Amino acid sequence: MSGGTQGIRKLADKLFTPNEIRRFQAYKNRLSEKYLTVEGLKSTFKRPDLGKLFNRRVFSSNKEDCPEEPKVKECDPSWDELYPPGPPYEPYDTHYWYPDPEFMNKQQYIVWYPEGDEWKKRPNFKGKQIPPVDRTFRTKLINFGPAHPAAHGVLRMILELDNETVLNADPHIGLLHRGTEKLIEYKTYTQALPYFDRLDYVSCMANELAYCLAVEKLLNVEVPRRAKYIRTMFSEIMRLTNHTMAIGSSVLDCGAITPLFWLFEEREKLYEFSERASGARLHAAYIRPGGVASDIPLGFLHDLYQFINQFNERLDEVEDVVTDNRIWRMRNIGIGVISAHDALNYGCTGPVLRATGVKWDLRKQQPYDAYDEMDFDVVVGSNGDCYDRYLVRMREMRESVNIIKQCIDAMPPGEIKVDDLKICPPQRSKMKEGMEDLIHHFKHFSQGFRVPPGQTYCAVESPKGEFGAFLISDGSSRPYRCKIRPASYAHLALMAKMAPAHLLADVVAIIGSLDIVFGEIDR
Amino acid sequence: MAALIRNLGARAAVAALSAKHVVPAAGSTALRMASTTPVEPKKADKPTVRQPDAVARSHLSDFGRYVAECLPKYVQKVQLTAGDELEVLIAPEGVVPVLQFLKDHHQAQFTNLVDIAGVDVPCRKNRFEVVYNLLSLRYNSRIRVKTYTDELTPLDSACEVHKAANWYEREIWDMYGVFFANHPDLRRILTDYGFEGHPQRRDFPLSGYVELRYDDEKKRVVCEPLELAQEFRKFDLSAPWEQFPNFRNANPPAEVVPPQAPAKK
Repeated sequence: MSGGTQGIRKLADKLFTPNEIRRFQAYKNRLSEKYLTVEGLKSTFKRPDLGKLFNRRVFSSNKEDCPEEPKVKECDPSWDELYPPGPPYEPYDTHYWYPDPEFMNKQQYIVWYPEGDEWKKRPNFKGKQIPPVDRTFRTKLINFGPAHPAAHGVLRMILELDNETVLNADPHIGLLHRGTEKLIEYKTYTQALPYFDRLDYVSCMANELAYCLAVEKLLNVEVPRRAKYIRTMFSEIMRLTNHTMAIGSSVLDCGAITPLFWLFEEREKLYEFSERASGARLHAAYIRPGGVASDIPLGFLHDLYQFINQFNERLDEVEDVVTDNRIWRMRNIGIGVISAHDALNYGCTGPVLRATGVKWDLRKQQPYDAYDEMDFDVVVGSNGDCYDRYLVRMREMRESVNIIKQCIDAMPPGEIKVDDLKICPPQRSKMKEGMEDLIHHFKHFSQGFRVPPGQTYCAVESPKGEFGAFLISDGSSRPYRCKIRPASYAHLALMAKMAPAHLLADVVAIIGSLDIVFGEIDR
Repeated sequence: MAALIRNLGARAAVAALSAKHVVPAAGSTALRMASTTPVEPKKADKPTVRQPDAVARSHLSDFGRYVAECLPKYVQKVQLTAGDELEVLIAPEGVVPVLQFLKDHHQAQFTNLVDIAGVDVPCRKNRFEVVYNLLSLRYNSRIRVKTYTDELTPLDSACEVHKAANWYEREIWDMYGVFFANHPDLRRILTDYGFEGHPQRRDFPLSGYVELRYDDEKKRVVCEPLELAQEFRKFDLSAPWEQFPNFRNANPPAEVVPPQAPAKK
């Protein structure tokens, strides 16, 4: 051991200087004085602080303090009488006393009470407390429709709601599906025309026009100029009937009734014009391949001019009531906002696209019939919400009035259908006189006219958007395939994107502003 | 299209050359609409006959050639139909690349998917055609992209390129049974819940297979096999003789755009 110590000292002499060794020795001495003395060891072991129930006398080692016979009183025994104070606790004494069975037998008749009088008091009552109920939150799925008055037809929309906020909207369509496209494959070209009236039953002639343009393009015929003007005029009349219906019903969905009555009175007058020209109010079957079915009657343009003159005043009355209405503005401004990028990506057309600021109108960009000779403006919005769609439709009606006035002023004389009797039937007066007209009439209505093989897609600016007909012909008198492109189909698909993060009442306003008709959605 | 013409300035002579080819077509078109008596080809100014737009045809031909050059892997044929409508016939696996090219290319910008149509031709090996109608608002132009498939082969969904394709593809799946892979929500959309079959196919009968009626004994609507009192009549409207002898020289249904421009003079 001494050799080891000397070795360490020699090593320390090499590593440290004498001053460092002296400082280390002093530090060691201070540590020894502080901790390795008997006083230092004593200070770490202190008397434990027992509770008042465990008095120090219990651990006393003096046997004189354990009374042989306890002094028993009648009641309220005192601790000092039972256990008189003894000498203090000394930790070096290793003999501890614990209550033995002999000691406990002497205590068995003594009743122990806690000190004080806290046991005499009743517990504090803090009032009535309802126990908590386990509430697991779940979203609700409700059926919006198919018999909802604000569904604008037979729409069944599964709404996922968080209280009144829509989380998800899933439109279910097809309840008015009649197999129109398959029925067209079994009919001649003339017989397929009334099916288009049943698609968008609010603006019937606009649907007929798309189909006729497609057939005429495959036939490679050009319609006479008077027929073009008549078609343009009736397209604008149908736009007025559609927009009065759309605005009247969407205003009705938000609680106003009066504009519906005013606008429907004007609609009745417009349908009277349709009845005078074609013989039917709604399903006109008037615009046919090659022209129009018959000429407009005498006095028609005069009465239409009188109607157009007073229609602007009716629009002014509706605008006074609706446009600056506080409730209408609160329920439509900022509701159902869609950006121009999303509107294009989701395939929107018509007033829904123009409300977002995209100036796209097929009457201007790809003009058909007589629209290249008309002078009118394309109305665009800026925000893309329900209010802008309402404003776009109101201004479009004024532009339609302007177009109808131009058609009345510049209506040219001439034929109303092409002079090729292989395409259009002859007049009934001539049919009874000439043999060739009789043969053409018979072949036309029994066999139909044949269209050369080919395929084309023609679209018109329907009041709701782009209504197109994709027509495939195989050379027979029946269409091989006719795909109908409705405008409302893409707009209703937009509901799954627009409805979330809106309230349930806003969904009603959005459906009203999209102007959907289920005759053309379900086809 | 102005930018396209500026970009393809070397092919300006082709436009003039194509414009010259329109005059004989107009002559043959005039002959088509005449009566059975022969009409001289010089009378091309008849108001009934539609005059094709030569400039639009040359523009569309040039653009079709450009698309075929940019996508030689997928484009199989380029043709003009109905006079002035461009059709691009592609392979089935090229639906997403071709639509992506037509949408995002600076010279095309067909950002609006107008329609997706399905056509059924049962006599072909690949009986279904899927037709994508695209619209460019920037260049005011339309294009048709056509592809083919059969009953079992799926097509790639165009929903990642155009979000409007969602409901159109659901309709084609409902009506024709063409499966679209990677579609976010491919369900039936127009037919009834629990409908079996694909009603737009040519071999599906017009009257269907089942009928619904209210049963008084069971007090509910029951679905029963179809019982027609009279067989479904099929009218044969074809005539044994030729209707339009002038259709022999009519415009073809689709004029194929040649891949390379014809040689300059």
